[in-house]
Amino acid sequence: MAGGVAGGLSARFGIDANIIRLVFAVLAIGDGSGFALYVLAWLVVPRQGETTSIGRRALADRRALALALAFATVLGAALLALDALGLGFVAGLIWPASLGAAGLVVVWQAASEDELAYLRQVVGQAPVIGQTEGFSKRATVGRVFVGVVVAAAGLVGLVATRHTTGSTLEALGSAGVVVVGLLVMFGPWWLGLARDLAVERRQRVRTEERADMAATIHDSVLQTLALIQRSSDDPREVTRLARAQERELRAWLFEGRPPGSFDAALVTTLAQGVAVVESEVEESHGVALESVVVGDCPMTDELRALLAAGREAAVNAAAWSGAATVSVYLEVEPARVSMFVRDRGQGFDPGAVSADRRGISDSIRARMARHGGTADIRSVPGQGTEVELVMPRPDADR
Amino acid sequence: MSAGRRLRVFLVDDHRLFRSGVRAELGPEVEVVGEADEVAAAIELIGERLPDVVLVDVHMPDGGGQAVIEAVGRLHPEVRFLALSVSDAAEDVIGVIRAGARGYVTKTISGPELTGAIVRVADGDAVFSPRLAGFVLDAFAADPASAPEAAVTFDPELDQLTGREREVLRLIARGYAYKEVATELSISVKTVESHVSAVLRKLQLSSRHQLTRWATERRLL
Repeated sequence: MAGGVAGGLSARFGIDANIIRLVFAVLAIGDGSGFALYVLAWLVVPRQGETTSIGRRALADRRALALALAFATVLGAALLALDALGLGFVAGLIWPASLGAAGLVVVWQAASEDELAYLRQVVGQAPVIGQTEGFSKRATVGRVFVGVVVAAAGLVGLVATRHTTGSTLEALGSAGVVVVGLLVMFGPWWLGLARDLAVERRQRVRTEERADMAATIHDSVLQTLALIQRSSDDPREVTRLARAQERELRAWLFEGRPPGSFDAALVTTLAQGVAVVESEVEESHGVALESVVVGDCPMTDELRALLAAGREAAVNAAAWSGAATVSVYLEVEPARVSMFVRDRGQGFDPGAVSADRRGISDSIRARMARHGGTADIRSVPGQGTEVELVMPRPDADR
Repeated sequence: MSAGRRLRVFLVDDHRLFRSGVRAELGPEVEVVGEADEVAAAIELIGERLPDVVLVDVHMPDGGGQAVIEAVGRLHPEVRFLALSVSDAAEDVIGVIRAGARGYVTKTISGPELTGAIVRVADGDAVFSPRLAGFVLDAFAADPASAPEAAVTFDPELDQLTGREREVLRLIARGYAYKEVATELSISVKTVESHVSAVLRKLQLSSRHQLTRWATERRLL
């Protein structure tokens, strides 16, 4: 909806976000408490990437609290007045609406820069305040006017059915008219919000795809270029490397087979994937890989990422450590899969790796993080390097 | 260890080239007192020369290393065996260890490493390659007490690994040498050796039928 609360809760508790949205919506329509709850959650749940919740920050801001209190009082008074005028059904809305409004004010006051920018964007599109994209100002004003008139007519109808002994059918009809009025007023705005969300989701997917692609290119093309530089005095080896790389790139660009994608038809279990990594690295780098696999399980996208990161670690060891053998250990446990890649080569100082060396940061660390895993790299100059990769298995069949 | 005296080693392998290769690579701590290229001759010659350690190839006609170890072990339990193989098949590895070998190394092992392994076996310690450590972890992974048919014969002393033994095996499987394992776990090399020897004993004596079943299943993969 507006604050990303449903998404946040779903990420925290593992419940589908749409179910949470539905619960909020039902409560909001029912007696208004869903609205208050939503705003409360907005206050308490920290935004992804932020350490403090809005509520925590708001407590430090007295002005915001005072303002919220004032706002809630005014609204409460207004609702009480309506109640006194005989609009009894409003009474049930007093508390949730007041609390919710107060919360909204606090949210607005204490939101961080990022959150404020987002809020401005959302509110700016509301027809009452700003202008909806793609509509002229006059059209918007006209639409809002029609909506207000229709909703007001519905409200009057509702009040009328309450005072007379009107039938339930009439009351329902009036309520329907109110809803239509609201739809005319806010419909396009809601549509716009939904569209924005979809666009944002697409953008996120695209960013992740880009990162995966960069990691793939690094693992194949950049690694090969590094190998070619190292064997520049051996023309035959240079030719061989270039040929192999060319074949791989062609297969990727024209046949859609990404390098090292662990072809789903051929590699169905983790142990098979390890065997593929082993033969690939041994073939391309002339280094013996001693792999030990304890347990096995079916392949998943996460485990493909784990193997790709592990292969990158093995390739690094083969290309840079100077060691003749690289040990690979992989253990499948009920809750996670761990992979260790170790060499007894020259080692390096992890703090002194220059920033343009993308292997460790992109192909190993970021790749693991993107798929929910972790990477730990220990290296002592002169003693060798060990890379530890851990990928949780949340949906493992136990 | 027998200080000052060179360890007497016997080679059993059906490939002459490999035997001469091993002879050339072994360090000065050991001397080769004989070699054989088939099972029957090996059993006879070992009984005659009584070496400290026998290096035996797993794969040979007429029963392979396992047959040699079983036959000699009955008559001369003091002779110790170190199995060598190009194969990493679980069934073969578990087979020679259960027959009585005190260790298992692959033929890609370097000369100094092989010499070190021979010295270790002569001392009564066990020699685990990363692959063997992985096999043991795999074979002892499932909780044996949970299998209904195993509950009757389950012996916790023999049929499961302690947490520390698991840690040691994991590090060996990751490619750590005994000394590095000791440093990593802040224990002495001697303690590492005794953990590995305890695991070897369990591997040899455990009646868990899962062990054999596991090895056979592994072969089917």
